[in-house]
Amino acid sequence: MSVDTQLINESQEFRDGIKAAIPIVAAASPFGAVFGAAAISNDMTFFDAVFMSGIVFAGASQMVAIDLLATPLPFWTIVLSVFAVNFRHILYSASLGRKMHRFGPLQKALAFFVLIDPQWAISEKRTLSKPLTTGFYFGLALPIWVMWVLSSAFGAAFGRLVTNPEAIAFDFILPLYFIALLMGFRERYGWLPVVLVSGSAALLAFSIVGPPWHVACGAFAGILFAAWRGKPKDLMALSPTENSSGEGTNV
Amino acid sequence: MSDMVELILTLAVLTYATRFGGHVILSRFKRINPRVEAALDAVPAAVITALVAPAAFTTGIPEFIGAAMAVLLSFRFSMLNALVLSTATVAVLRYIL
Repeated sequence: MSVDTQLINESQEFRDGIKAAIPIVAAASPFGAVFGAAAISNDMTFFDAVFMSGIVFAGASQMVAIDLLATPLPFWTIVLSVFAVNFRHILYSASLGRKMHRFGPLQKALAFFVLIDPQWAISEKRTLSKPLTTGFYFGLALPIWVMWVLSSAFGAAFGRLVTNPEAIAFDFILPLYFIALLMGFRERYGWLPVVLVSGSAALLAFSIVGPPWHVACGAFAGILFAAWRGKPKDLMALSPTENSSGEGTNV
Repeated sequence: MSDMVELILTLAVLTYATRFGGHVILSRFKRINPRVEAALDAVPAAVITALVAPAAFTTGIPEFIGAAMAVLLSFRFSMLNALVLSTATVAVLRYIL
């Protein structure tokens, strides 16, 4: 592909990214507001809450962190818990990183900073049909980051105005979102057995060990199963990384 | 620097490290083994399933039905429509049940 067509595509890609961000912005902003409100009621300052959303930028682990706040500060308990919640990101970056061969080193460094669950899942889904571009990736990331910081600030400032989101099932919108997203991968080889193995293992770990370990246990069970099963030979030739194995090794 | 700012900075560095780490580890290998490749291809389905399975099965009956609806609706409708309809299902069932 020539440089010119890449440049023309970038602005369209950026718009595609913004379009893909809209449902996430709508679904996640109540959670940002809930985080901001909960942070204030757990004795964080307005500055701390907004600063945390801006530089940690991780919904679930921010919630875990403020949930564990106490005096004196249980520093290492919080750090370890957040690491457990964040462990899945290692898999995200291993999986998506090899599809970022159009990204420069600085773009990659910034790209990994915004690699949250929906960012990763939508980008993975995009790579099923198109190569991943910086335009799409950052078009998707920017509105989500801005929304997260603004909604946290809103929640921290007007915490008492955030009414019960359960009446309109807003508290369950993210699981439903992830299920709909998961269904988007159903054409991929070995999808159903991986889903069954991961789901059973996650439920088992959830009832025996408890959260957040069900994520790591369920994910690893499905991934190990896929590795054990391997890939049929005729699919190997179609795999996108086989066609771009040279590019995939760039750092 | 307050303890809280110190904690937030530590969490920021740790979170960033997990987001960069997988790529750094993987990019050290010149060739990717077919089994590793099959494993990485399974990452999206495996992680998303593990994230949502307890929420879908252990939250309650409206949530379980809503999750089943999200699966079924995804066969016919766009992702956004499936999401809106299944969320509405949960909200309505919470009033009824």
